[in-house]
Parts: sequence; structure tokens; C-alpha cells
Amino acid sequence: MNTIKSSFKQILQYPSAMIGVFVILILVGIAIYTMITIPYEEAIRKWRGGEEVWYQNPRYAPPAWYNLFSKKKQPISFAVSSANGQMQKVVNHPGGDVSTIDITYSFDYSYDDFPQELILYFKSSYAEKQPFVSIQWITPDQRTFKVANFSISRQTTYRFTQDEKLIRKLKVENPMVGLFSDPTQPTPTPLKGTYQLIINGAAFEENADLDAEFVFHGKLYGLAGTDNKRRDLVLPLLWGTPVALAFGLLASIGTLVLTMIFAAVGTWYGGWVDALIQRITEVNLVLPFLSILIMVGTFYSRSIWVILGVTILLSIFTGSIKSYRAIFLQVKESGYIEAARAYGASNARIIFNYLIPRMIPLLIPGLVSSIPSFVFLEASLAILGLGDPVLPTWGKIINDADVDGALYKGYYYWVLEPAVLLMMTGLGFAMLGYALDRVFNPRLREL
Amino acid sequence: MESTGQVQVSLFKRFTNTTFFRVLRYTILRLITLFITVVIGVFLTILIANMGGYVDQIMKNDIRERVIMQMAADPRSHNLSPDVRKKLIEERISLEEKRMGLDQPLVVRSANYLRNALTLQLGRAINMTSDSGSKTVRLILLERLPATILLMGTSELSLFFISIFIALSLSRKYGSFWDKVIIALSPTSSVPPWFYGIFFILIFAAILKILPFGGMVDVPPPENTLDYVLSVLKHMILPASSLIISSLFLSIYNWRTFFLIYSSEDYVEMAKAKGLPQKDIERRYILRPTLPTIITNFALMLIGIWTGAIITETVFLWPGLGRTLYRAIGLFDTPVIVGSTIIYAYLLAITVFLLDFVYALVDPRVKVGG
Repeated sequence: MNTIKSSFKQILQYPSAMIGVFVILILVGIAIYTMITIPYEEAIRKWRGGEEVWYQNPRYAPPAWYNLFSKKKQPISFAVSSANGQMQKVVNHPGGDVSTIDITYSFDYSYDDFPQELILYFKSSYAEKQPFVSIQWITPDQRTFKVANFSISRQTTYRFTQDEKLIRKLKVENPMVGLFSDPTQPTPTPLKGTYQLIINGAAFEENADLDAEFVFHGKLYGLAGTDNKRRDLVLPLLWGTPVALAFGLLASIGTLVLTMIFAAVGTWYGGWVDALIQRITEVNLVLPFLSILIMVGTFYSRSIWVILGVTILLSIFTGSIKSYRAIFLQVKESGYIEAARAYGASNARIIFNYLIPRMIPLLIPGLVSSIPSFVFLEASLAILGLGDPVLPTWGKIINDADVDGALYKGYYYWVLEPAVLLMMTGLGFAMLGYALDRVFNPRLREL
Repeated sequence: MESTGQVQVSLFKRFTNTTFFRVLRYTILRLITLFITVVIGVFLTILIANMGGYVDQIMKNDIRERVIMQMAADPRSHNLSPDVRKKLIEERISLEEKRMGLDQPLVVRSANYLRNALTLQLGRAINMTSDSGSKTVRLILLERLPATILLMGTSELSLFFISIFIALSLSRKYGSFWDKVIIALSPTSSVPPWFYGIFFILIFAAILKILPFGGMVDVPPPENTLDYVLSVLKHMILPASSLIISSLFLSIYNWRTFFLIYSSEDYVEMAKAKGLPQKDIERRYILRPTLPTIITNFALMLIGIWTGAIITETVFLWPGLGRTLYRAIGLFDTPVIVGSTIIYAYLLAITVFLLDFVYALVDPRVKVGG
């Protein structure tokens, strides 16, 4: 116990170790937060979902904080709905079965660029007669555009940029330019101020009703931006954290514990057991590690747990089993083992209670510093297109971006966000691991 | 009679005690164990490349689908009666399966693969072709070899010599500013090369637009030889530097620690006390005893070139062996996978075998088979 305490004190003296611990704690915090706030099923459903889940987001939208660093402010996306009161909805019954439903929404627009698209999703309930809506657009300088009027079925989608009538009416190719530009400027420049969207609806039945959802596809979105499938990158970035930590930890603990047990058993029994383990290690050196992982991923299963198992299996019989063996051979001859043998301790007792515990302090640095390689292994397989088909991981984001040519097209955020997280994880564990190595291996500390 | 027998026995004993016999016995034993290791390793790879018959099923389904599609697309087959057509389809499927060797049981096929692999008859690829249109595995691999040797050779050799050179000079200035910088930077080697590659592509190709995104030469390739070489060099900068950067600091750190351990030996102190020049101390007292380790690392690095860098080559679209292997796996092309593995296994076995003798040559304390 005292040795652990003193080692801990020594670790505190290494600034790199403290940075490492800090980074790891942040990552663990993110992982716990993610698992509590976004349940696994929910995350998978959203990650695998298509338009029906993500219709509110624009494609390829960089994160909203881009505006902080650029002079030209880009419009930020949002979505509002009359069903939950974000848009003002007034219902009147002037007489008979007819009712008028007026939905209005005003918003400030102070950006230097035009949005990608405006979409209205109508939902209505009626028996036979379809409700009718007319849409108006009021600019900050009080010009009023009659955008469109049409009758709506139970679900109707209206996209501003795809309305040929509106394009002809505004006499511009892109209705966004027509609706948002300042008429006094020679080149299309957005007019800043408060815009108002007015939807005048009329229903012709007693219990008929309608609701509208206004989706504003700007050029930026949220904290992390979106990908080519409109998915909010916050979700995979958050969920990538527990996956990466779990994969790295499980792989490195699994590998180390099994390697140690095999090394201890081999040295303790000696003879053919030891020889067999040595031969297996030699065969394993011939096997192409990454190729086998790729083969398992391509032919058999891309599930992260299968890959984890194979990774551990292939990492047991490597060079480290030989170095453990060398240490165990020394320990085997020490007095306390002889004492244990003298009082008649069983083989299992000696291996698990006397041999292995002796190795644990030596193992901790190796354990910590081998985590990054496994975290990156998962990402490496993902970038080869062999990432887990279900789970959202950092490697998958990079792979999606790579396949879509994100760097070529200039969507840097898409690659950089997961890359920075991966780098932080890798460096955090590596820095702590190296410091631990110097604390637990005094021979290194002297140098 | 009795005396000649005794003479023979004593001659035999004397012979068995000679260095020659000891080396011979050791050599034979070592060769046998290494060969068995290679055989098992390659056989395991063959089994994995087939996933215990799972891949056969994929390939059979693939053939069936393709043949049926071909028949459906062939206008002549529309006039045939369904029975005749069915028979024709089955015939074509069995012909195609025979071509790919799928008509034989898995065990027989695996044994055949193993025998051919061990005798280096790499055979023909199932789906892949080389750029010149050949299906021979040897040609497919040979065609990619120069690209891999160029990239991996350049980066690994420079990495090796740069890190040893810097490590030696650092080990002299233990505790200096640069020493601390290297120690602080050594965790950066936990990041794999392809990851640096992505950052390099981002900075130098996407933002600065001064280096290409990937590939090996411009399209179309320059006619002039000099331009061609320059173009290849330009394409090589990013992948080679990612390969170097990713291992550089850890490699320097490890060599530095290694040299430090050796330079604190008594005989080095003695040499220093004698007032020998620094160069002599480095060469004769530090490098000489560490030579076996340096040679081992060098040899293992050289054969490591063979496997290429699967992911770095894929990220940079470098047409090397690593990417070929990755493509082969994607196309279920067992002969190519096995061919690549067997050559690596042989190279490794030969290197391990030769290293024993090299040790004995460079280190008088080591005796072969002793």
C-alpha cells in the first residue's frame, strides 16, 4: 500500500502524467455523460436513421462556432414547429364548419450569406375536405411576398427552392436569393433584420386542424456540424468515446492478463508446456496480424466484439511473453517461492498468488501505454471500411469523410473533430503510460 | 575387431565434439524448427483465408449469381426451354467452380495451397489481375514490389539511420534541453502513420495545395524520365514523412536509452578516463557491443518492408504491396494472400536463421549452438 502511495506521489511530479490524467478524466466524464443521456438503443436508432430522423439538418454543415472565427457570418440552421408552441398559432371560428388557422413566425437574420433551403412540413387532420394554406413572406423592409398557396393532405412538404412558380415570380434562379437579398444592392447581398413567415390556413370541417414545422437549412449546424447524411456529428463523437475507451481498455487488459498467465504457467511448469508456448509465439510472429484482422472483418464479422476477441488472441503470444518469461524465471528462484513450495502450496496457488502479483507493478505502465495502439487499431480498421456496422465510432466518422472526399471538398471539420478526439485519447494514455514507466522502472528513471 | 570398433567410437566422439559438428547439428535443428514454424503459420493463414469454408460459400453464391445473370443477358438463351436452360446453367456453374478449384473438398484444397506455397509455386489469382493483364500471383506481387520498396525502403532506412544518429548524440548530452524535448515527444508515436497522413493531406494538399493528395505519379505520367522521377518524389513526400514522423521520436528515445545503458558500463568510463577521443569511444566502446541489437533491428526492419504499410498505402492511394493485399482480401483472392504471407514467412525465417551466425561473427562472446 505504501509503495502505491509513494509511486502516486512520484507520478504527481511529472507534468506530462498530470496532463494525461486530466485528459483521461475528461474522456471518462464524456463517456459516462453520454451513456446516461443517450441510451444505447437511442444512439443506434439515430445513427442508423435516414431522412426521417435527420430531415431538420442540412447536409455538410460545419459547426456553428465557425462564425466566431470568420468575418463572413454564415446562417445557422434551426427548426421550429407550431405543434409544440415554437411558432405562434391562432385558431378562429368565423362560423359554420370553417375555421382559420394562422401560424406566424418571426426570426432575426443577421448573416452575410444565404441559407441552403427553407422547408415547411404540414400535418393536418380532416375527414374529407383538405385544408388550404397560403404562405406569405415579409422582409425587414416590409416587402411582402406571396410565396405559394395550395391545399394540403395529411402530410405535405413544401420546399421553397423547388417551387417553379416561386422561382418565376421572384425572377431569380435561387429563391433564397430572392427572398433574402437587399434590393438596393447591385450584387445579391442578404438583408439583415427580422423576417416574418405567415401561414394563413383554412380548414373546412368541424374537427379539422393543421400544424406546420418550419425547417431552416442554414450553412452551419450545432456544436459539431453534420455529415453527408444530415446526421448531427455530436452523436457519434459522444458515443465514440465510451466505445474507444472500452475497446482500448478491454483489449489491453485482456492481452496483458492472458499473456501474463501464459508466461507464468509456462515458466512454472517448464518442460513441454514452456516449449509449446515458445513455439506458438514463434508461429504467431509469422502470422500477418493486420491481414488476419482484415480477413476476419471482411469474411466473417465486422462486429467490434469479434474484432476485439481476435485482437486479444493474436496479441497474447508476442515478444512480451518472452520478456515476462525472463522475469518469471528469476522470480521462480526467489526464496519466498521456495518457502511456498516447502509448505506444500499448490501450483495454481503459487502461480496466481505469488508469481503474478509480483508482476503487477511492472505491468501497469505497459497496460496504460498499450491502450492507444488498440484505440487506433479500431480506427485503422474503420478507415479500411471494416468498422463496426452498427456502432458509431470516431474511426467510422473519419472513414465516412474519407469515402466522401471530405478533405478534397473542403469539409475539414468532418475529419478534424474525430481526429482531435482520437489524438487526445492516444496522447493522454501514452503520456501517463510513459511517466508510469519511469516511476515503476527505476532503471529508466536514472537515465 | 574390437580395437577398430573402439577407434571408430572414439573417432565419432572426437567428431561430435568438433565445432563443425556442433554448428552442423545446430543448423539442422534450427532449420527444421523454423521450417515447421513456417508450415504451421502458413497453414493457419490458409485456413483463416478460407474462414473454415465460409468463403467458399460466398464464392459459390457469387458464381451462381453471375452465371444466372449472364444467361439472362444472353439473347440466345431466351429460346431455350427451361429444362435445357437449367442444365446449361448448372454446367456452367460447375465449370466455373472447377476453374476456381471449388469442386475439391476444403481439406484437399488447403493441403494443395500449402504444398504449392511452400515450394513457392504461387499459382494464379482467382479474381485479381496485374496491370499488364496477367493473373499470375508472382507477377501481381512483383509489379507492386518496386512501389513498396521505394516508399517503405526510403522511409524505414531514413528512420533507422536518423534515429540512431540522433540517439547517439543525445546519449552524450543526457539531460540536455533536446534530450528532454525527445522524451516529451515520444508519446506522439502512439499515433499511427496514416493518422499523421490525414493531417498532412489536410495541411499540404487541401489547404496549401502544394503537394498531391495521393497516388504515385501525375496523371498522365510525364514522358521525360527526369520529370517522371520528380513527380514520383513529389508524391512520395507526404506518405514517407508520415511513416517517419509516426515512429521517429519513440525510436530515438528507445535507442537513446539503450545507448545510455551501454555508455554507463565500466569499460566506457575507463576509456573516458584514458582520454580517448569521443568518436573512438562511440565507435569502439558503445557501438561495437550494441552491434548485435542494431543488426537485429535492421534485419527485422528490412523484412518489415515486404508487408508494406496497408493503411498508409490505402490512405495515400500508393500502389504498393500493402494495398494489393488489402484488395486481395476484399476480392477473396486466397492465392494472393497466401503468396504474400509465405514470402514474408520465408524472409522472416531466413533472417532469424542468419542472425544467429551474424551474432557469432560480430560478437566474440556468442558461440553458434553453444
